[in-house]
Amino acid sequence: MKRVGVFVCHCGLNIAGMIDIKQVVERASKHPDVAYAADHKYLCSEPGQALIKDAIRQHNLDAVVVAACSPAMHEVTFKNLMQTAGLNRHQCEIANIREQCSWVHDDSTTATSKAHIAVHQSVEKVKLDEPLDPITVPVTRRVLVIGAGIAGIRAALDVANSGYQVYLVEKTGSIGGRMAQLSETFPTLDCSICILGPLMVEVYRNPNIKLLRLSQVEEVKGYIGNFKVKVRQEPQYVDVTKCNSCGECTKVCPAEVANEFDSGLTWRKAIYIPFAQAVPPAYVLDAKSCLGLLPRACGECKKACDKLGMSCINLDAAPEVHELEVGAIISATGYELYDATKLSEYGFGMYPNVMTSLEFERMLSASGPTSGLIRRPSDGRIPREVVFIQCAGQREPETALPYCSKICCMYTARHAMMFHHKVPDGQAYIFYMDIRAGGKGYEEFVKRCQEEKGLLYLRGRVAKVYEEGDKLLVKGVDTLSGKTVEIRADLVVLAVGMVPSQGSRQLANVLKTSLDANGFFAEAHPKLRPLESPTSGIFLAGAGQAPKDIPDTVAQASGAASKALNLVSNPTLEREPTVARVNDQFCSGCGICIPACPYEALSLNANTKTAEVAEAVCEGCGTCVASCPSGALSLRNMTDLQLLAMITTAVSSR
Amino acid sequence: MQSYLYFPGCSLRTVAKDFDASAKASARALGFELKEMQGWLCCGAVFTNTTENLITQAGPNRILGRAQAEGSTLVTLCAGCYNVLRRTSQQAERSQVKQDQINTFNEERYNGGVSVLHFLEILRDKVGFDKIEQAVKTPLQGLPVGAYYGCLLLRPYREMKLDDPHRPSILEKLLVSLGATAIDYPSRTECCGSYLGVGSPEKVEPLSSGIIQSARSCGAKILAVSCPLCKYNLEVCQSPGTSTNSDFLPVVYFTQLLGLALGLDPEQLELNSQQLHAIHGRVQTAVENVSQQ
Repeated sequence: MKRVGVFVCHCGLNIAGMIDIKQVVERASKHPDVAYAADHKYLCSEPGQALIKDAIRQHNLDAVVVAACSPAMHEVTFKNLMQTAGLNRHQCEIANIREQCSWVHDDSTTATSKAHIAVHQSVEKVKLDEPLDPITVPVTRRVLVIGAGIAGIRAALDVANSGYQVYLVEKTGSIGGRMAQLSETFPTLDCSICILGPLMVEVYRNPNIKLLRLSQVEEVKGYIGNFKVKVRQEPQYVDVTKCNSCGECTKVCPAEVANEFDSGLTWRKAIYIPFAQAVPPAYVLDAKSCLGLLPRACGECKKACDKLGMSCINLDAAPEVHELEVGAIISATGYELYDATKLSEYGFGMYPNVMTSLEFERMLSASGPTSGLIRRPSDGRIPREVVFIQCAGQREPETALPYCSKICCMYTARHAMMFHHKVPDGQAYIFYMDIRAGGKGYEEFVKRCQEEKGLLYLRGRVAKVYEEGDKLLVKGVDTLSGKTVEIRADLVVLAVGMVPSQGSRQLANVLKTSLDANGFFAEAHPKLRPLESPTSGIFLAGAGQAPKDIPDTVAQASGAASKALNLVSNPTLEREPTVARVNDQFCSGCGICIPACPYEALSLNANTKTAEVAEAVCEGCGTCVASCPSGALSLRNMTDLQLLAMITTAVSSR
Repeated sequence: MQSYLYFPGCSLRTVAKDFDASAKASARALGFELKEMQGWLCCGAVFTNTTENLITQAGPNRILGRAQAEGSTLVTLCAGCYNVLRRTSQQAERSQVKQDQINTFNEERYNGGVSVLHFLEILRDKVGFDKIEQAVKTPLQGLPVGAYYGCLLLRPYREMKLDDPHRPSILEKLLVSLGATAIDYPSRTECCGSYLGVGSPEKVEPLSSGIIQSARSCGAKILAVSCPLCKYNLEVCQSPGTSTNSDFLPVVYFTQLLGLALGLDPEQLELNSQQLHAIHGRVQTAVENVSQQ
C-alpha cells in the first residue's frame, strides 16, 4: 500500500479566502492511505516546495497529492519536485481547488466540501498511478518555414545562421511579402524595400536555406521533432537557374491581368516578374492568366526566349511534390486586407477615388503605378483635399472586424505626412477614433504629424461618402467640437483592417492546429507562450498570429526561430509517457480505434493482428480508449480502474 | 387568394389613409390580400425603444400577442410601426427574463414566434420584383424618383436586416421594376427630424430641406417614402415661406407609384393633382390612355 502525502495550498487568499483549509487537511489526514497532510500559504514557493520534499523524506511517502491551482499552472513544478525528492515524477496528482473550486463558488461550506472530495479523488487516483519513464524520440534536425514575408525571412535566416537547414515555402513567385509592397516604414521613414532587399538576397545566397517558391504545404504527418511534410510546387515554367530577367518574354506576352503587387492599380502580363527586386530573380508564368498551355494557345514567350538562345521556358513543366522531413515548423503566413467593398458607407468599389491604404501605399512608392506621384484614379489629377479614414471596418463587432489592427494609426500618420510633402498646398484630414501609438518613437512621430501644417486630425467617424460631381462628399462628425463635418474631398483613403491570409484555415487544418475567433493562428498561451501554437513543434510568427507591425513581427520571428532551434538543437526529445496501451489478450483486431485516433498513432500489427500504439505519436487524448469495444485499450495513469475509484469517491463522499 | 395578416397603425387610419388604400389596392392587383389583424392598437411609436423601461414595450408585445392568435407573420407599412414591432419581436427572442416581466403585466402573453415583415419584404421575397415587372400595365416611363428611406426602415441593422443600412437598394429595385428611374442621392438615408417637428420645428427644417435639396440637385422629380412622419416633415419644410412653391418636390408613398404602374385608378390610390402633375404628365397621359380604352 502506498503512503500518500496531501499538501493543500492557500494560494494567498485565492483558495483560503473561500475554502476552509484546516478542515480539508484534517479530513484528508483521516484517509487510511494518507500518511501525512499539511498546508502552506504558497506551495509553489521555495519554502512550500521544501515542505513537500522534507515530508517525503521524514514520512517516507510514496506518492503526493497537491491541492492547488490548475495543473496547467504548476503540474510541471511539482512533478519536477518529485524527481529531486527521489520519487518517480508520475507519483504526483494535482487536485484543482482554485479554478474549479474556490474561484467559482460563493459558499464556503460547499466549496470546502467539494475541495475535500477533489483531494480524496486524487488520493484514490495516485494510489493506482504507476511509475513511468519518459519516451525518448529522435529529432529531425531541420526546420520548415511557411510564408516568406518579413517574418518568414527573419525566422529562416536565424535558423540557417545557427547552422541548421531550413525549407522556406512561399506561395507566390517571390519572397518579400507585404513589406516589399510598402513605400516607407514608420516611424523612421526608411525605404521599405531598401531594408528588406538585403535580407531577401541573404536568403537566396544562404546555403542552408532551400527556397520553394510557388509552393504550398499540402500535408503534414508525424509529430514534434518528426514531421513528414508534403509541399506542392506549381509547375516551374521558367527555369530559375537559367532566367537572367531580360524581360523579352513579357514584351511579347499578349495576356494582361491586374497586378496584385500594385494592389490592382496597374496591369501585368501573364509572364512577369513580381517586382524589380524579386527573389528568386526570375520571371513567373501565371498559368491562370496565360491564354492557354494545354492545348497551347500562344507560346510567344517561349519563342522569344528561345530566340535569344536562353531556353529558360518549359511550357510543359509539371507540378512537383516535395516530401520533406523536419523537426519543427514555423508558420508565418501573414495578412491581407479586409474586403473594403463590404464597407458600403464609404463607397469603395463604387467610386474610383475611394481607395485602400495599400493602394495609396503603392502610389507613394517610387516603383508604384504613378512613380511616387499621388494621383486620383478617376482622372489622374493631383488631389488637393484628401480624407484619411482610420479604423475602417475595425472595432465594429456588429458589422465588421471587432479588433484593432494596431498599425493603422501609424501608417495613416505617415501617409498624411507623405501626402503633405508631395502636395505642399494640399490639405489632409484624418478621421480617428483615438490614436494608438504605443511603440518606440511612435508617439513622437504622430505628434510631429499632428503639428504639421496641412494635416487636420478630426476625432470622430465618417458616416458616409458620396460622389458629388467630381468630388467626394465626406460626411462625418468631429466629436471634440460636437459638430458634424462635411468635406468635399478629391480622394478618400481607407485604413482597412488586417485579416489573416487566405488559406490560413486550410493550413491550420493541415497543421492540425487551431485558429482564434478572428481566424488568426491561436497561440498556446496568450501571454506566456505567444510563439507556440497549441500543437507541439509548430511555432508562430508575424501577422498570421495577430495584427502587428514590422518591429514586432521581426522580434516574434526571431523568437519563433529560437524556439525551433531549442527543439532541433537536441538529437532527441522526451515526451510524456501517459499514452495509450493495448492489452493484446483482449484486442480482437477489429480496427475501430485506428480511424478514431486524430494523430494516426494506431495501426494493426501484421503479425499479431492486434492494435499497436506508436508511443511517440500518441498525445494521450484517450479517444481510442473510448472507442475500443472490448476494453483492450487503456490510457496509462488514467485507467478505467482509476476513473471508477474517483467516481466512487465522489458519489460516496456526499 | 393568398392573404397576409396586416397591422395598419394609427397614422394609416388618419393622416395616411392614402398609404393604406394604395397598398391594399396594389396587393389585390398582385394577387394577395392584406387582412387586418383583430384588436390592434398603437405600437407606441419611437418612444417604445428609446428607454430600457419595460412598460413602454407592453404595447407592441400586446400587439404581437394578439397577432399570434391569427398567424405567424405580421405585415406593416409605416416604417415607424415596422421598426417598433420588428425590434420588439426580436427582443422577445433574446431575453426571456424581460419577456417574463412583460408577460406578468400583459394579458396577452407573448414569447416570440411572430415574424414582422415590411410590405416591401413581401414584394421582394414573396412576390418578387421580376413578377411585379411583368404585372406592370402602365410603366412609369423613366420617371426620376428619389427613394427616401430615412432611419426607421433600416436601422438598427442588427435587428432590422431589411437591407444594407448605408447603401440600401430595395426601394430602387422596386421603382426600376415599375419602369421608373431611381435617383441615387446622398441624403436618402438621413434623418428627416422625426418627432422634433412637434417641439422644435426649427431643428427639423434644415434636416428635411437638406434632404429635399439633395434629392432635387441629383435630379429627382418626386420622392417615394414609406413613413407618414417623414412625408409630413418633407412636405412641411417646403410649405410657402420656407421655399417657393414652384419647385415643390412632391412626396408620395411608394405604394402609390406601385398602384399607378399596376394600372390602378389614381383616385383609388388617393393621389392628388399636384402629385399627379409631378409625375410629369407622362404617366398621367399614359393612365388616361388606359382609362379611355
